[in-house]
Amino acid sequence: MEDLLREYLPILIFLGLAVALGIILILAAAIIAVRNPDPEKVSAYECGFNAFDDARMKFDVRFYLVSILFIIFDLEVAFLFPWAVAFKDVSLVGFWSMMVFLGILTIGFAYEWKKGALEWQ
Amino acid sequence: MTVAAFVFYVFAVTVLLGGLMTVVSRNPVHSVLWLILTFIASAGLFVLLGAEFVAMLLMIVYVGAVAVLFLFVVMMLDIDFAQLRAEMSKYLPLALLIGVIILMELAMAFGVWDFSDGFATRIAAPTGEAQNTAALGLLIYDQYIMLFQLAGLILLVAMIGAIVLTLRHRKDVKRQNPVAQMHRDPAKAMELKDVKPGQGL
Repeated sequence: MEDLLREYLPILIFLGLAVALGIILILAAAIIAVRNPDPEKVSAYECGFNAFDDARMKFDVRFYLVSILFIIFDLEVAFLFPWAVAFKDVSLVGFWSMMVFLGILTIGFAYEWKKGALEWQ
Repeated sequence: MTVAAFVFYVFAVTVLLGGLMTVVSRNPVHSVLWLILTFIASAGLFVLLGAEFVAMLLMIVYVGAVAVLFLFVVMMLDIDFAQLRAEMSKYLPLALLIGVIILMELAMAFGVWDFSDGFATRIAAPTGEAQNTAALGLLIYDQYIMLFQLAGLILLVAMIGAIVLTLRHRKDVKRQNPVAQMHRDPAKAMELKDVKPGQGL
């Protein structure tokens, strides 16, 4: 347990450095930067004309479809990691169960390809 | 205080702060960003517990995919969040009541919490020689093959369900069909007519 945490020490140090650097940059912008606000300066600027309407508008639902499909393949890869790490010691049953798993997901992949879910028309 | 204990407190405070800011921040996009901070800090807590694989999974699946999904949902829904916030005060008493009930339940649970002898050895992670991920790899695919295959089927159902629910082909968009293009035969696409002078076709 102690050895495990010791292996993560460099990551912890990098995390601390990254957080410190981020805080320093934000604080530097707040402290050093010259601030001289003006109604015209702080107003929204859209290529010279006033903003037409609110930025909140409906996105196409296809963005959502793409991200759901991404999550599913992400989980598939997450299942592949332990299998790949223990590949040398995994039994024959384990090997073929992963092949069946990949086969099932390949059926899904073929389905979505056939349906055209991967195309952005 | 050891380094591990100090890091635990830093991550624990970050988790609580992130969760609180997720709930109270005005901008929903900021809420999602605070949620991502909460996920990252809880990944750190999992590493401290010795559950490396779960920690990395939290990073890959939750930070990488689920948070993106939340961002899409927040951006896709056409909701006036200012109006939604205004209604929040209406439900505040009920929310406070539920919060107090949960707090009391937690207090009751911790009040009667009792440890049996030698619990310290039993709650420790049974690591040692085998690595976390490798140990899981030996277990999931062999001993828990049924659950593993069911997980695969659930993913398949999710994939098909997402496509059935959200995929709409718009009719007014002209699409390119490469197969039809490649199989186009000039001999069939074009016809030569010998037109006699003085007569039409």
